[in-house]
Amino acid sequence: MSRSLQLGPDGRLVHLLSTEGLPAETLRHILDTADQFVSVNEREVKKVPLLRGRSLFNVFFENSTRTRTTFEIAAKRLSADVVNLNIGASSTAKGESLLDTVWNLQAMDADMFVVRHKEAGAPHLVARHVKPGVHVINAGDGRHAHPTQGLLDVYTIRHYKKDFSRLVVAIVGDILHSRVARSQIHALKTLGVPEVRVIGPRTLLPADVERLGVRVFHDMAAGLRGCDVVMTLRLQSERMSGPLLPSAGEFNKAYGLTPEKLAQASPDAIVMHPGPMNRGVEIDSSVADGGQSVIMPQVTFGIAVRMAVMAILAGNA
Amino acid sequence: MSGRLTIEGARVVDPASGHDAVTAIYVADGAIAGLGKAPDGFRADAVIDAKGLVACPGLVDLAARLREPGFEYRATLESEMRAAVAGGVTSLACPPDTEPPLDEPGLVEMLKRRATSLALARVYPIGALTLGLGGERLAEMGELAEAGCVGFSQADALLSDPHVLRQALRYASTFGFSVWLRPQDSTLAHGGVAHEGEVATRLGLSPIPEVAETVALKTILTLVEETGARVHVARLSTARGVALMRDAKAQGLPVTCDVGVHHLHLCDRDVGDFDPNARLTPPLRDVRDRDALRRGLAEGTIDAVCSDHAPVDDDAKQVPFGEAEPGATGLELLLPLVLQWGREAGLALPATLGAVTSRPAAILDAPAGRIAVGMAADLCLLDPQAAWVVSSATLASQGRNTPFLGLELVGRAVRTLVNGRVVHAA
Repeated sequence: MSRSLQLGPDGRLVHLLSTEGLPAETLRHILDTADQFVSVNEREVKKVPLLRGRSLFNVFFENSTRTRTTFEIAAKRLSADVVNLNIGASSTAKGESLLDTVWNLQAMDADMFVVRHKEAGAPHLVARHVKPGVHVINAGDGRHAHPTQGLLDVYTIRHYKKDFSRLVVAIVGDILHSRVARSQIHALKTLGVPEVRVIGPRTLLPADVERLGVRVFHDMAAGLRGCDVVMTLRLQSERMSGPLLPSAGEFNKAYGLTPEKLAQASPDAIVMHPGPMNRGVEIDSSVADGGQSVIMPQVTFGIAVRMAVMAILAGNA
Repeated sequence: MSGRLTIEGARVVDPASGHDAVTAIYVADGAIAGLGKAPDGFRADAVIDAKGLVACPGLVDLAARLREPGFEYRATLESEMRAAVAGGVTSLACPPDTEPPLDEPGLVEMLKRRATSLALARVYPIGALTLGLGGERLAEMGELAEAGCVGFSQADALLSDPHVLRQALRYASTFGFSVWLRPQDSTLAHGGVAHEGEVATRLGLSPIPEVAETVALKTILTLVEETGARVHVARLSTARGVALMRDAKAQGLPVTCDVGVHHLHLCDRDVGDFDPNARLTPPLRDVRDRDALRRGLAEGTIDAVCSDHAPVDDDAKQVPFGEAEPGATGLELLLPLVLQWGREAGLALPATLGAVTSRPAAILDAPAGRIAVGMAADLCLLDPQAAWVVSSATLASQGRNTPFLGLELVGRAVRTLVNGRVVHAA
């Protein structure tokens, strides 16, 4: 759906707002570019001059030190000037609108905005109103999308599994509220993963989710059977008890990833989590820290993938 | 204006009588004095040559927000009354969601007086059902009715307490007042902003499920059954809602209903990339719902179509979808969009135009929506072929917020008459 806004008339990426609507070649280009930056990040001097003289503004209307830091590191390794703005605490509290904030920052000659907002579509609104040549990266908008997370997840899968065309991938837990799950699903489907499953109780699955091209499972064991990749999702604490779920304990019993449940998956299945983890809720420590977990490499690859996105948007990759 | 006018050459379409033929209309002293045949001794002071045009009753719109008092930065009574007549609308009901709400007679009298002095469209105020639309204490319905209110509603401030709803219906039915209710359960809507389905799932928008409408509607219909209150169900949005209304009418309940014109043409897919102009209440629903609404209107289960006109300023729309104020400008789009529905449904012009003239007039119980000798000469002369592009230059309304912005529509009011006086000429 975001195709026209994200891609220029020549098909080049001008904003990264969602993995939905991006052609497979664009996704592969990002992953291939990230490959090169993984090696940069392994060097002693982890810096390249691709974004020298450019300014990147991290504009976070919703607080997240972790995600913001990964964008900051990625931009700095590309030699960009980075400005971090935690707007949640300042302008909007004074009644300034999202667009006013962005226009003010644009007047300070920003080249790239990394936007996180609690409302779905906020980065699209920004993208529609910035000057030509200014790029917007969605760092998470409501339940809608978190495309760099989705991309780093498919990067990690490609790193370990090489070929997407025979994989069975399961996404487990709170799909309803998860922008990560949506970004993963679109990226996986576009890259040719034949079977993507979502596993969870009916209260945590969004309406008509099967129309996104996934198979729906409510039973964890059945859903995990034969999977090559198991992606768990964070369950926000405010959702652990209420009308959607009775308790974190009951959720863990049915859908928490334990060694026993993981045994249903392929013996060489990898386990992923976008972080931060609730150990003992959606994932047990023995799995999170176990031999099949690739959760720490996800974090490492996340820097390279974000560098790739920034470099491509800046026209330097 | 002096009294006598002849309108010649127009194809006169009167949905109430089914009349559809080229007929001269003779107007004297603001009323229709003759059709086809001039009254004895009639000498026109002026003649309108309306060859090639359709003359139909001025449109009757069941929901148009005029934004006065309280929201003059969005629109003024004058700007929106001009938009009404530019759209061929000569009678309109306005919901009570002004600031302050229309919950006391003084406000209603003031509104009526201001509207009368503008001498554009006629205004039929809908009074607040509860004080301040707060949903707790009944407004003075008797006083408000005396001041000119033709019905009572909560506008979009939904009544969440069935006890209050029941008592309001019992009280209103004591005096035969008509109560207009939006069928949406606010707890089930749960702060949602888009129809629960594939589109909201893809866009990550918080959903309003279909049951928010059907549960509310079943509650309303059950209470109508008990109290016998006259209820008008405002803005159906789902196929199941249409089915429930069909059953209720078959059962003989004293209920009527309408649909907003946007819901006849758009569905949740039209939200596109978070277009805030497609943020409406009720939400645009599935394409199957849209098709059921179109059929429901054609078969008469749905009594009328309204513009649900809601001018919203740019500041309230240039925000993320979920924060955008719901609503679209509609007064000037009602006519072309209804004509489009009629063409697509294969209806004859009288049947099409009935949905915006005689049928809504019956709900208001107003002497409007008909072309007949003795009736006020409230007329719309429309060019059914005129193509025009919706833009801020072509809209008279102060609200430019419409999902049809930039699109071409066909059909436009060329002249609008109220009481025999030309109040709009394109």
